[in-house]
Amino acid sequence: MSRIGVFVCHCGENISRTVDVERVARAAEKISGVAYACDYKYMCSDPGQNLLKKAVSEHNLDGIVVAACSPRMHEKTFRKAADAAGLNPYLVEMANIREHCSWVHEDKEEATAKATEIVTMLVERVKMNRKLQPITVPVTKRALIIGGGIAGIQAALDIADCGHQVVLVERDPSIGGHMAQLSETFPTLDCSQCIMTPKMVDAANHPNITLHTYSEVENVEGYIGNFQVTIRKKARSVDMDKCTGCGVCMAKCPQKKIPNAFDKNLGMRSAIYVPFPQAVPNTPVIDRENCTWFKSGKCGVCQKVCGPGAVDFTQEDQLIVESIGAIVVATGFELYSINEKPKGSAIKGYGEFGHGKIPDVIDGMTFERLASASGPTGGKIVRPSDGKEPKQIVFVQCVGSRAREKGISYCSKICCMYTAKHTMLYHHKVHDGQAYVFFMDARTPGKGYDEFWRRSIEEEQAVYIRGAVSRLYEKGDKIVVMGSDISLGIQVEIEADMVVLATAVQPRTGAELLAQKLGISYDGYNFYSEAHAKLRPVECATAGVYLAGACQGPKDIPDTVSQASAAAAKVMTLFSKDKLEREPIVAKVREAGCVACFYCKKVCPYGAVEEKEIRDRQGNLIKVVAYVNPGVCGGCGTCQATCPSKSVELDGYTDEQIIAQIEAL
Amino acid sequence: MHPEKQKHDFEPKIIAFVCTWCTYAGADLAGTSRMQYPSNVRVLKFPCTGRIDPVFILKAFQQGADGVLVSGCHPGDCHYIAGNFHARRRFATFRKLLEFVGVDLQRLQFSWVSAAEGGKWVEMVTDLTERVRGMGPMVEFKELAMEEQWSGAINTEELKEAYEAI
Repeated sequence: MSRIGVFVCHCGENISRTVDVERVARAAEKISGVAYACDYKYMCSDPGQNLLKKAVSEHNLDGIVVAACSPRMHEKTFRKAADAAGLNPYLVEMANIREHCSWVHEDKEEATAKATEIVTMLVERVKMNRKLQPITVPVTKRALIIGGGIAGIQAALDIADCGHQVVLVERDPSIGGHMAQLSETFPTLDCSQCIMTPKMVDAANHPNITLHTYSEVENVEGYIGNFQVTIRKKARSVDMDKCTGCGVCMAKCPQKKIPNAFDKNLGMRSAIYVPFPQAVPNTPVIDRENCTWFKSGKCGVCQKVCGPGAVDFTQEDQLIVESIGAIVVATGFELYSINEKPKGSAIKGYGEFGHGKIPDVIDGMTFERLASASGPTGGKIVRPSDGKEPKQIVFVQCVGSRAREKGISYCSKICCMYTAKHTMLYHHKVHDGQAYVFFMDARTPGKGYDEFWRRSIEEEQAVYIRGAVSRLYEKGDKIVVMGSDISLGIQVEIEADMVVLATAVQPRTGAELLAQKLGISYDGYNFYSEAHAKLRPVECATAGVYLAGACQGPKDIPDTVSQASAAAAKVMTLFSKDKLEREPIVAKVREAGCVACFYCKKVCPYGAVEEKEIRDRQGNLIKVVAYVNPGVCGGCGTCQATCPSKSVELDGYTDEQIIAQIEAL
Repeated sequence: MHPEKQKHDFEPKIIAFVCTWCTYAGADLAGTSRMQYPSNVRVLKFPCTGRIDPVFILKAFQQGADGVLVSGCHPGDCHYIAGNFHARRRFATFRKLLEFVGVDLQRLQFSWVSAAEGGKWVEMVTDLTERVRGMGPMVEFKELAMEEQWSGAINTEELKEAYEAI
């Protein structure tokens, strides 16, 4: 027989005005299993809580119903009070007779009857409540950052400065990402390299940061606080410990005509190379596809000239397993390519812009490389086709972006600003040149952004034409840009020397594959999804995984850095305790009943359900059952409603509790 | 001050299964805004509509509910990412079953009420109460509850016919 205590609150007059609280308490007394019932003016006040605490010990209560306000308001208060009195807090339930009763009804009879029924339902429920203990999960205080662009570097530095270990994984031979490719940055025209490279060096030299460049995340297992991450360190063919970065190998390499992707294929590099002179680490990589040694087994010049003997053709990919507590995903973006129609994608190409066949139609990043002092042209803006300086240049915005018919409906956010910057850089370098910009809208929210955009028009003489471009075609050595000016309502034709397309920001190719490894969700474009667009913008729904930068959506540098620091703060919050404590509202599997259909695994939004093998003492497999990882489970209970054999139960919302509540009707 | 309350012969019982994050909070908002609605509804709180087993709906009808309301977060707003989508799919199928069994679907309402939609909650509860009041008590399932210990005897013409047709 249960010994339930019922405490009915007047809430001043808020409840007692429409509900006869004394009658509710007297009625509650008569419910079987109720050992004590009373009413009190303010249950949540100190004396009210003391009343509850005293009753627990005096009447030896094993369950409590507080009939008062919404549990969203004071459930925690009363659970704490019960805990202080030595009663398991999960044996406390609240009957909401204020928001759901006294405040919404006027008739005292009706409201009293309803309040009594609500109390009865919760008394029946509380009889079925079980004692629950908070779940603790150990936390490994070591963070993994995926992606070594500005987002990853910022997050890594913040976490490492806080005294925690960081493992930074970068796919390319050098960290730096896109920001290292930029010439100047808006809205201040800082030289990107000047602000980026010190941070790269900081990250590489930080005692708490382990850098894995030319590496990729191969596999992720585990859950918040306890991930096991396998990292594939690709064969560099150069011993990082021996290499001094002198660069003789690159100078002597006979293969020198390989387009350098870092320079958007405008510059050339050797087969043994660093992507750019300021690379961190400054250790070359052998591009095995283009290296003569790997193609024909001859050459080996780099090995011969290398003083320290660092070149090692026999090196193989290495798999490293790291224990990780939290993961920050900062894989960044790539630009929409006009070169070809992406295969197997709903996104259509831009045939009308020449599909990349006109050499002097370039994208924004290529323009950055042309304008960069450390770029292939040393900062001279010239046409890729003949090296001549373009005197008329046309910028086209929203190529790919905001074009539902082309498959991308979002705004890429950074193009308005970087196009304004491009017109300035162009005007600074080609004084007698003229820049035209085709735009839909100028979107310039941000500190100093609109002023910057206006400056490009008012001081740098960029001509903005509101309208779309319908076609580009070559005429002699010119490119004819056909478009419309909707402000004047006329057709426009410009004979340009060069055209720069502000192509859309997209997630990295294969972003979804990494998401699947991490168990995080992504949207229709493969941008990673945050747990809540407004209130949890840097956390993934998967506990222990955080997002930074453009992998979540188009972002400029200030936003990216802010988000990276926010993600780092989240990681540091997690690392501030040795153990993670959480509410024990999680699902548990009754293994005896589980038939291993794994419907629960299919519906679980958190990927918390695992397959568990049950073996006898000899190690023979008896059966496979579902196992819910309490560290990952979010507590929605979808698995329980789905389970055909009723073998999984959500603590705190078990079938017994709910059926008891319905039966009290 | 208050208009004379209308007395009815039949007061239906409505059971509402709601998720704690959206609809429960929406109902709380109706309270804090002091909106008024019929007192016929009893609310059961779940973490998510995904947790709501169709059996609970049957059980509610069996236990004397004349109408059942299921409500959670709007699609895309689920606190648990996708629980409400699972619920939507589950109940779409379940409705068909209920219809097949012969339950008037007018007694069952599914909807989305967000934490900001106190007004919508009031409107929905009022509408459902009035609708079910007009329909009269739900008797079919209560009879079924009595017959739970059914002997298996083929004692009606219909059953005989069905048995012979097998």
